[in-house]
Amino acid sequence: MPAPIRLRELIRTIRTARTQAEEREMIQKECAAIRSSFREEDNTYRCRNVAKLLYMHMLGYPAHFGQLECLKLIASQKFTDKRIGYLGAMLLLDERQDVHLLMTNCIKNDLNHSTQFVQGLALCTLGCMGSSEMCRDLAGEVEKLLKTSNSYLRKKAALCAVHVIRKVPELMEMFLPATKNLLNEKNHGVLHTSVVLLTEMCERSPDMLAHFRKNEKLVPQLVRILKNLIMSGYSPEHDVSGISDPFLQVRILRLLRILGRNDDDSSEAMNDILAQVATNTETSKNVGNAILYETVLTIMDIKSESGLRVLAINILGRFLLNNDKNIRYVALTSLLKTVQTDHNAVQRHRSTIVDCLKDLDVSIKRRAMELSFALVNGNNIRGMMKELLYFLDSCEPEFKADCASGIFLAAEKYAPSKRWHIDTIMRVLTTAGSYVRDDAVPNLIQLITNSVEMHAYTVQRLYKAILGDYSQQPLVQVAAWCIGEYGDLLVSGQCEEEEPIQVTEDEVLDILESVLISNMSTSVTRGYALTAIMKLSTRFTCTVNRIKKVVSIYGSSIDVELQQRAVEYNALFKKYDHMRSALLERMPVMEKVTTNGPTEIVQTNGETEPAPLETKPPPSGPQPTSQANDLLDLLGGNDITPVIPTAPTSKPASAGGELLDLLGDINLTGAPATAPTPAPVPQISQPSFLLDGLSSQPLFNDIASGIPSITAYSKNGLKIEFTFERSNTNPSVTVITIQASNSTELDMTDFVFQAAVPKTFQLQLLSPSSSIVPAFNTGTITQVIKVLNPQKQQLRMRIKLTYNHKGSAMQDLAEVNNFPPQSWQ
Amino acid sequence: MIKAILIFSNQGKPWLSKFYQPYSEDTQQQIIGETFHLVSKRDENVCNFLEGGLLIGRSDNKLIYRHYATLYFVFYVDSSESELGIFDLIQVFVETLDKCFENVCELDLIFHVDKVHNILVEMVMGGMVLETNMNEIVTQIDTQNKLEKSEYLIPHFDNHDRE
Repeated sequence: MPAPIRLRELIRTIRTARTQAEEREMIQKECAAIRSSFREEDNTYRCRNVAKLLYMHMLGYPAHFGQLECLKLIASQKFTDKRIGYLGAMLLLDERQDVHLLMTNCIKNDLNHSTQFVQGLALCTLGCMGSSEMCRDLAGEVEKLLKTSNSYLRKKAALCAVHVIRKVPELMEMFLPATKNLLNEKNHGVLHTSVVLLTEMCERSPDMLAHFRKNEKLVPQLVRILKNLIMSGYSPEHDVSGISDPFLQVRILRLLRILGRNDDDSSEAMNDILAQVATNTETSKNVGNAILYETVLTIMDIKSESGLRVLAINILGRFLLNNDKNIRYVALTSLLKTVQTDHNAVQRHRSTIVDCLKDLDVSIKRRAMELSFALVNGNNIRGMMKELLYFLDSCEPEFKADCASGIFLAAEKYAPSKRWHIDTIMRVLTTAGSYVRDDAVPNLIQLITNSVEMHAYTVQRLYKAILGDYSQQPLVQVAAWCIGEYGDLLVSGQCEEEEPIQVTEDEVLDILESVLISNMSTSVTRGYALTAIMKLSTRFTCTVNRIKKVVSIYGSSIDVELQQRAVEYNALFKKYDHMRSALLERMPVMEKVTTNGPTEIVQTNGETEPAPLETKPPPSGPQPTSQANDLLDLLGGNDITPVIPTAPTSKPASAGGELLDLLGDINLTGAPATAPTPAPVPQISQPSFLLDGLSSQPLFNDIASGIPSITAYSKNGLKIEFTFERSNTNPSVTVITIQASNSTELDMTDFVFQAAVPKTFQLQLLSPSSSIVPAFNTGTITQVIKVLNPQKQQLRMRIKLTYNHKGSAMQDLAEVNNFPPQSWQ
Repeated sequence: MIKAILIFSNQGKPWLSKFYQPYSEDTQQQIIGETFHLVSKRDENVCNFLEGGLLIGRSDNKLIYRHYATLYFVFYVDSSESELGIFDLIQVFVETLDKCFENVCELDLIFHVDKVHNILVEMVMGGMVLETNMNEIVTQIDTQNKLEKSEYLIPHFDNHDRE
């Protein structure tokens, strides 16, 4: 068999290929040759073949059949073979292949080889792709090498240790003793890798971090090294553009950052050196800037004094003015991180940041945008908004959505006036209307509803906006909704803020109908438009017939959503015309939806879903689209009662949670009961009962008639009666109402009732109605006790009574054992 | 941590690819393709830092690249590395190559991939920067090359092309 071709030949051949297919052919031929050569177990040419295989692997061709060959090369005695073998192992093998474990033994032997380069190769491979099993086996060897005096090996061992720690964190302890002397090295390579190792250990384990801070006095050591680096003058070996070993400086600064974070002592120890580095480093080249950048990050992260912080931010400000894009990029990134903590300092550079919005570079623009939003506050809102709107006009599409959302948020927080707010929103909608996020539409609608005095102005501007162009869906949706709500203001020309325009009802309907018909309108938008037209039937006077016609046309629309709406509106015209005006009247001011508090029952039309009102209608009404804040989703099929629940916002005296259960129980429209009730649910389909039910007393489905009341105590003229109620939804709760009456001829004053129950129960005592029990049974004191009895054990109670009677203080203890079984079973 | 180091031509042909995290071969090729796509669009005077592509873990990883004549040098790093530092590291790497190959050009890299790997192995190990001192690296490489040469001064093995 002829000798396999050399790597160079192969590369040359492949480069002559003119098409992908040709290349593939050549490679396949060569692969076949290599495979047969491997089969022959030819030691001489193995490394040449593997080298070729690696090259082909890099081009993207499969090379897994070479994995075992790599192992054979590693096992060989020659350095040449080992070199290629280890390289192949790093490129072709990783921990997912089972074959890699076979390497472990070879690596172990090579770690103890006499030639340092072989040891180095082994360390390198282990550090690159060692799996956790391998690391566990070989950690001991690595640790030994960490203590050697050979700096070439020591630095490699340090990085290998980092890899081992990453794979098997439990072994971190093992390397601790070896780290003691690492920083005393002169060799910068070792110093560098040692700092990396220490950084990794500190980041992984807070215990280590504390240990290094206190016991090893790491900070002073690092400060010393850094000082030497800066002061030492020119040393040609480590010099990069005039600064001695910037890589090491940067590493040390990073480790200092970790050590100083949240620790006052360490931070104080490094204040001086940080100030020194910050002021002495030359900034004309990238290296200097790299060091300054790292210094700034460190200063911002540790507990530095304020003077130092100001220095840091000023450095960042200088970076922003630098011509080099990279520097500006890192400056913007770091400012973004610090704007939370040092807001005022960053504000000073606001104008520079805003200028960066106009930069050509996409990455810089994005960062400048984020930073600008972070800097907006009440004082600069007008100016900033102008810049941001200009940016929105001219930026790339991928930014527009984020920018629009940011503008909305900022406007909401800091708007100086309602008119300005609405103007801003209009501007965003018209310039970037199609990029606005979906959830912005309901928020905007809510905002518009709430700014009552601006309704006329808003609707006028929106009308003018869509007159020309109704392709931007969010804009059209908001406009349609507003026109539907405030169309009467539009035609009556009442606008105060600007010149009122003359619009007739027909023109308004024209535009809404064209929205309906247009191909550009989505289904959601059409829904908005149809509903708007419907609402106008109560607001407009002369075009009701036209509206009726439109609505009936869509009764046979292909779009199911539209069809359903149209059919229902038709029904409204035909059968329920008397209710139309009530149903379609102006929306009330909406409260901001809060996402918590089931006890807050928001007075809206049902577009929000506070938990207790889940079983509310619509029973068969149109499914409200998430954006349509439609009052009309309350249109039931046959249910006439206008069920806008003027739900009680007052909470009952007891825990609100029970009101919750309550309303969950009571089905407000007579739809089938959702909560399984043990006792027959009383009829609640009559509206009158409904409204009673929504009073503010805690209401339980009263099956109190089933539980007899007892006399718990009767002595000296004082009688205490217990009456019971059980909750349907929470059967372990029993509510006992006590009534204390006094049959003697003198009042009992300062009456205090106390009760205690066994440990398995929980007791809640509410406030009594008064503290005087009037004489001759003329009145009673009522008090409510709630008992939680999750284990359904027999109720027992010990009571203590204290009161003043006939001039003397009385006290009595008693036990109540005669609870009826129905009260606790 | 450095996740990957790539060198490719202006047309996207890879001349060196080293991954420090396990990816399947297909994924590796895809990453190379995606990187080329991202980097070749860039203008000459924009900044050298980019967010990583889809495959290599979007916003956690940055792409730092330098364009020398007909070659792109790309380093994928995560947030623990300083961008400006890596930027300098690429420069040091190229200068080291220059010293080892004597006025390195693209062809040198193409035909001596294994040598480039050997140099890289002395600089970056397991995704972490090992040595940044150019002279130190060059010395080590020279010694190792001499060791190799000495192995095949024995006549039986003089067919190898290890130079």
